[in-house]
Amino acid sequence: MEAEYVLEATNIVKTFPGVRALDGVNLKVRKGEIHAVVGENGAGKSTLMLILSGIYNPDEGHIKIDGIPVEFDSPEDAVKKGIGIVFQELSLVPSLSIAENIFANRQPVTSLGFVNRTSLRTKTIELLSLFGLEHLDTNMLVRYLPLAQQQVIEILKALSHNPRILILDEPTSSLTEIEIKELFKNIRILTQRGIACVYISHHLHEIFEIADTVTVLRDGRYVCDAEVKDIDEDFLVSRMVGRPIVDMYGHRDTTIPFGPVRFKAQHISRAGNFADISFSIKGGEIVGFAGLVGAGRTEVGRSIFGAEPIEEGTLWLDNKPIHPKNPRQAIAEGIGYLSEDRKSQGLFLDFSIRANVVANHLFDFCNSNGFLQERKTVSWASKIVSEYRIATPDVERPVKNLSGGNQQKVLAAEWIGINPKLLIVDEPTRGVDVGAKSEIYVLIRKLAATGAGIMLISSDLSEILGLSDRIIVMQNGVIVGELIASEATEEKVIALATGAKQGVYAL
Amino acid sequence: MKWILRFSKQREFMIFAIVVAIFIIMSFSSPYFLTEGNILALFLGLSIEAIIAVAMTNLMVSGGFDMSVGSIVAFTGAVSALLLKAGFPTVPAVFIGLIIGAGIGFFNGFIISKIGINAFVTTLSSLSLFRGLTLIVSKGQNISGLPDSFKIIGQGKLGIFQTPILIAAFLIILGDIFLRRSRFFRQSYYIGGNEKAARLTGIPVDSLKLLGYVLTGLFAGIAGIVMTARLGAASMTAGSGLELRVITAVIIGGASLQGGEGTVAGAFLGSLLMALITNALTLLGVDVYWQTFVIGGTLLLAVLIDRFGKIRTEQSSKVVREIGGKKND
Repeated sequence: MEAEYVLEATNIVKTFPGVRALDGVNLKVRKGEIHAVVGENGAGKSTLMLILSGIYNPDEGHIKIDGIPVEFDSPEDAVKKGIGIVFQELSLVPSLSIAENIFANRQPVTSLGFVNRTSLRTKTIELLSLFGLEHLDTNMLVRYLPLAQQQVIEILKALSHNPRILILDEPTSSLTEIEIKELFKNIRILTQRGIACVYISHHLHEIFEIADTVTVLRDGRYVCDAEVKDIDEDFLVSRMVGRPIVDMYGHRDTTIPFGPVRFKAQHISRAGNFADISFSIKGGEIVGFAGLVGAGRTEVGRSIFGAEPIEEGTLWLDNKPIHPKNPRQAIAEGIGYLSEDRKSQGLFLDFSIRANVVANHLFDFCNSNGFLQERKTVSWASKIVSEYRIATPDVERPVKNLSGGNQQKVLAAEWIGINPKLLIVDEPTRGVDVGAKSEIYVLIRKLAATGAGIMLISSDLSEILGLSDRIIVMQNGVIVGELIASEATEEKVIALATGAKQGVYAL
Repeated sequence: MKWILRFSKQREFMIFAIVVAIFIIMSFSSPYFLTEGNILALFLGLSIEAIIAVAMTNLMVSGGFDMSVGSIVAFTGAVSALLLKAGFPTVPAVFIGLIIGAGIGFFNGFIISKIGINAFVTTLSSLSLFRGLTLIVSKGQNISGLPDSFKIIGQGKLGIFQTPILIAAFLIILGDIFLRRSRFFRQSYYIGGNEKAARLTGIPVDSLKLLGYVLTGLFAGIAGIVMTARLGAASMTAGSGLELRVITAVIIGGASLQGGEGTVAGAFLGSLLMALITNALTLLGVDVYWQTFVIGGTLLLAVLIDRFGKIRTEQSSKVVREIGGKKND
């Protein structure tokens, strides 16, 4: 008798030092169905996929394929047992041909070990024809293909192993709407051939377009599963977001009124990224920027900070026009930027806490001859460690040895340390645990209370709603709406961000 | 027609076209250029570096890098010469020389792939280590008076061709076929192109990287023996600066320091182009001091043209990546 589920994962637990990434997750996929896995950032979707693809071993739990219990020794072993995975980041080699990418290291060979080109070509065309792409030159270098077709190649690469289950991890994150339609068509072709697809996404509207069933994860836990035809978006959103929040975001001290306008952007544009952006931030005000992934919020923030160019428009700081050409000039004007990617763009990971917190204003620690005075930096760093409650034995500890939350506090300290007039915070709590989150919110509120303006860019809706005094919503590079905190609700923000239920949730 | 188009997009084509152009221009500009003597001298001159370039291409395709090949040339040459002087017959002396070359490659590769030290630093150390050892074992003297049975490796002739040219040609053709066609050596491209993905595909990345250094050491050893045999003596300064010429040739021929691309044929053409430029400048009576300068310019020009070509073709997809590529989760 055939098993009911082609893939069945029960009670999967995975712990990393300090984090319980998965805590009893279940996933049941039927033959030939498209099964979506949804959840917020950090819900555990990616960890689950890495376990299913054999890259991580689960601490607890069982995986069955066609009713037979399996364990994966390695990624290749998972492939052998019928799992195909299409990674979010392409794993192709741009300087090799389509054929050689699909049959990476499994090219058909002659008895002498030489690649049999005729056979390689035939096999490649066979796969390409599955998606009606047999006209492509199999010898074409992948570098010359548009991104959407590169993704098709990636999918074909997974399919060349004849998987029973194909896992697609955020496959639409870099595709346009038309390309997404094409992708969906291709996915349906696969299911008609009996391949089950696990579709990971946080774009809810895609789920309703493509999936048959859905499993919801939240904070590493299994929440529920459902037939897509039985549910609506509200159901999913409430299951995904509905976490108990005990006043994590704090409150503005309403006895202090907002100051005068500190920062103003007038009609700033950059072709292809954002257009005609105008807004202002008062002293003490936290303005949240909500929007879909790719709505252009980070680009606006980085442009104000001088890290990316602005083609048109003017910036004003304290009623003075400014034109920062690079971050150095922006810092000199009093603008700080807390990067969304602290590891690659924010911190010097190998350096000590001390070296990090003084990095962006070294001159304040120099004597008149321009030499760094070490004593000053030590006392400054010690002050920050105690004030920001950074968990570390001493200030000389390399930042990479700190937890995510403490790293983020070091980064916040670095930027608050320059006494910015405007601080841009981009995803300030990504990958940070709940405890450290609320401490970072306290820091942001404290800085605002000193009269600085805060531009808060976040894809975490509850963070935007909890922290902002005013919310600006962006879509496709333009501002589509503005809400006062007291009037804002999740539904209103989502409606604006998606253009009346069309588009992509940035949850 | 398609293959012509595809061929024309490759760096080898560009270098090939320049080589042909120089041939044509030079055959009109200098009556000596197309003489048998000049052409043979040209190929004899580049044979040593071309031999090493074969293995260096494979190494650089896999993302590796070796600065120590010049020192390996000198050291293997010196050791073989000393063994011959001590009465060893030719075959074992040569064989031990080759083993030592491969051994130095293993030393480099082990430190780089298994211990994880940066390739530049490791092979830079080896460059000094083995140049130093050469000076120590040869006591700062050239070792001459080698037997004829050994010298024939570098001074023999088949028809009009000297043995170094024949050995180089054989290794280049073999190397190109293997790197282009064999599944085993194709793995180098996956490693250099996307190391993480290569591991996930089940390619034994560390072992293959190690092998890349061993082969480079072995080929440098072959070059060292051939060079010593040709000169009839082991020179303590043999092969100094050779590493830069070899790496330059490989890069002109289409490889990049990031790995993932490059071919042996390209590296040979790169090496030929450099030799041609030197030859042309000499025949045209240009001050010899210009030669190094012109080669530097050629390298820079080759990578710049390549860079701009890639920017144009990758621009469209890059925009999409930047707008939509904000990663979550």
